[in-house]
Amino acid sequence: MVTSPIFDLRPSDPTAERDIFVTTFRWMLLARTVDEKLAGLYRAGKIPGGGVYLGKGQEAVSASLGVSLQQGDVYAPLIRDGAGRLAFGETVIEALRTCLGSVLGPMRGRDGNVHRGRPKDGYLPMISHLGAMISVVNGALMAKRRRGEQHFVGATCLGEGGTSTGAFHEGMNQAGVERLPFVMLVTDNQYAYSTPTSRQFACKSLESRAAAYGFQAHSIDGTNLADCLRGLGSAVTQARNGGGPQLVIARLLRLCGHGEHDDASYVDDRLKNSPLGRDCMVVAEQRVIAEGWADKQEIQSWRAQASSEVEAAVVQVQTEASPDPYTERWSALKSTHLLDGFLNA
Amino acid sequence: MSVTYLEAIREAQARALADDPRVYIYGQDVGSFGGAFKATKGLAQQFPGRVFDAPISEDAMVGSAVGAAIEGMRPIIEMQFADFSTPGFNQIINQAATLYWRTQIPCPITIRLPSGGTSGSGPFHSQSMEALFAHYPGLIVMTPATVEDAYSMLLEAVAIDDPVIFCEHKFLYYHLKADKLPTESIPAGKARVARPGRDLTIVAYSAMVHEALAVAEELALEGTEIEVVDLRTIKPIDTDTIVASVARTGRVLVVGEAFPWGGVTAEVVARVATEAFGLLDAPPQRLNAKDTPIPYHPDLWAVHRPTARSISAAVRNLLQM
Repeated sequence: MVTSPIFDLRPSDPTAERDIFVTTFRWMLLARTVDEKLAGLYRAGKIPGGGVYLGKGQEAVSASLGVSLQQGDVYAPLIRDGAGRLAFGETVIEALRTCLGSVLGPMRGRDGNVHRGRPKDGYLPMISHLGAMISVVNGALMAKRRRGEQHFVGATCLGEGGTSTGAFHEGMNQAGVERLPFVMLVTDNQYAYSTPTSRQFACKSLESRAAAYGFQAHSIDGTNLADCLRGLGSAVTQARNGGGPQLVIARLLRLCGHGEHDDASYVDDRLKNSPLGRDCMVVAEQRVIAEGWADKQEIQSWRAQASSEVEAAVVQVQTEASPDPYTERWSALKSTHLLDGFLNA
Repeated sequence: MSVTYLEAIREAQARALADDPRVYIYGQDVGSFGGAFKATKGLAQQFPGRVFDAPISEDAMVGSAVGAAIEGMRPIIEMQFADFSTPGFNQIINQAATLYWRTQIPCPITIRLPSGGTSGSGPFHSQSMEALFAHYPGLIVMTPATVEDAYSMLLEAVAIDDPVIFCEHKFLYYHLKADKLPTESIPAGKARVARPGRDLTIVAYSAMVHEALAVAEELALEGTEIEVVDLRTIKPIDTDTIVASVARTGRVLVVGEAFPWGGVTAEVVARVATEAFGLLDAPPQRLNAKDTPIPYHPDLWAVHRPTARSISAAVRNLLQM
C-alpha cells in the first residue's frame, strides 16, 4: 500500500503562514505531478475508458479549500479538484486506482476518473450533472445538524458554467433557506468546455448572486495561493462559526483543455497573456522563494518526492487486477430479495 | 370505523416516524399545513422538527435526501404530484439510483408520488410516472392498489435500504376504504391474485386493479371467470405469479393507466411471450391510456384512460380469439 508521505504535513498550527502556505503548495505540487502523469498515461493509451480531466491552473484554489476543511466536514469536489482531494485526505493511489480502473479502487471500476469518493468519510463522489452535488451536501449538513453535531462545514465546487444550471439555483436557495454552514466555491476559469463567460451569464459579477440566495460573497484571485488561502479560509471559518452559507468566486484561466482530448485552441490569447493566465504553481513558488521559506533546491526535492510517490503508485496500480465482468455482481440493489428475477437471471 | 387509502398513508408515516428517529418527511406544504392532500396531516405537530416544508425545488429535495441518507437518515420525500417528479428526475435516477452500486453506501429514501388521473386534473396533475422510474436500475417502484397495501408497503418502503418510488393513486385516496389497518402483509415484490378465475387473466396495478375487478364481476354474471393479478410492485415484477396465472387461463390482458408506448404493460407482455408462449391460447393483449397528454374535460378524460367499459370490450375481444 502506497500512502501519501506528505499527508501528515498538515500543520498543527494552521495560523502559521509559512506552514500552511508550504503545505498547500506541496499538495499543489503533488496534484500537478499526478495530473502530468495521467496526461502521459492518456497519451500512451493506458487510461481505460479514455477520459482524463486535469486541474492545471486550478491547484491553488482547489488545495486551499481542501486544507481549510477538516475531519467531520463534507466535501464534494468537482472535475478539476485533484489538489483539493489530496488535501482533504485522498491518497494518490486512491486517485490512480480510479483513473486506471483497478478493482481495488474506491469505485472498483464501476465508475472512473473524477467520479470517486468515500461517502463514509464525508468525501462525496460527484455525478456528471453540474450543480447536483449542492443539495446532496445540503442534505448531509441537515442530517448532521439534526443529530446535534456542531462546528461542521460542507463545501462543493463548480466552474462558472455550473452556475447556469437549475440544480445550482435550487441547491443554493435551499442552503440559504436552511442557513447551512455551506461553502460554494465557484472557479470562474473563463470557459465551460469551449463556451466563454459571455455566453454563460449576463450578471455583472457572479458575486452579485450571493445576496439573492442569502449567501455572503467572497472574491479571490485564483492564481494567487495566498489570496486563495485567505479567502477560502475566511469563508470556511465564517460558515463554521455560524455565519451561514458562503459563496466564493475565484478567477483564473483554465490552463488545459476541458479534457486531454481537447486542445483548447479556442482560448483567447489575450486571456493567456493577462494576469488571469498566470500559472498558480509559478506564482506560489515565487512566493516561497521570495519569503525565504525554501530555496530552489528544496522545492526541487519536494517535486522529486512527489514524482517518486506518483511513479510508485502507478507501478503498483498497474499490477492490480481490473474488475472481472464474469465475477462482477451485476446488481444495483442492496435489497437482494427485491431483485427482479427475470432481469437478474 | 374505517380507514381510507389516504389515511393509511398518513398512518404509515406516523408509525415510521414513531418507530425510527432517522425518518423525516420533507416536501412542499407537508409541515403544519399537512400536505396538499393532507397525507401528513398533524404529523408536524406530533413529530416536531421532523416534518417540514421544502421550497419548490424538487431537484434539491431529492438531492438533499440522498445527502441525508449518506449520513444515515431515512427520508420520506413527498412530491406534491407525481407529475412534479420530473424536475427531480435527475437526482432520482442519477444520484439516488446509482449511489449504492457506485459506492456500496445504501440510499434508503422513499419518494412518494401522488399519481394517476382524477377527473378534471388535466395534463400536469394526472400522470403515471412508474415506468420511467422502473426503467432505471437501482430503484424499487411500488404501486399499491389497496388500503392495506398503501399502509404496509409504505412502511416496507421506508425500511428498505434502497430508494423506493412509491406511486400512490390519487383516485383511490378518499373512496377506497378498509375496515382497519393490516397487521400482516404480502412482502413487496410479490404480486397478488386479487380474484381467481379460469378463463382469462387481467394483469393490472394501482387504480386499474379496481377497474379490472369490476369487469370480472360483470363477466361472472355471464359465466366467464376472470382472474385478476395485482402486480403491487412494478420493479421488480413478479413474473412467476403472472406465468402461473396464464398457465391456468391461457389468455392475458395487461392493463395500465400510463401512456401506451413501452411501459409496464409492454414489459409484462414481453415476459409472457418469453416465459409462457406455449401456455397461451391467444396473443397477449395490452390496454393503456391514449397516446396523447391527459385531457382536462371529464368527458375526454373518461375515455382517455382505460375503464371498466374499455377493459370489458378488450376482454370480450380476447375471449373470441
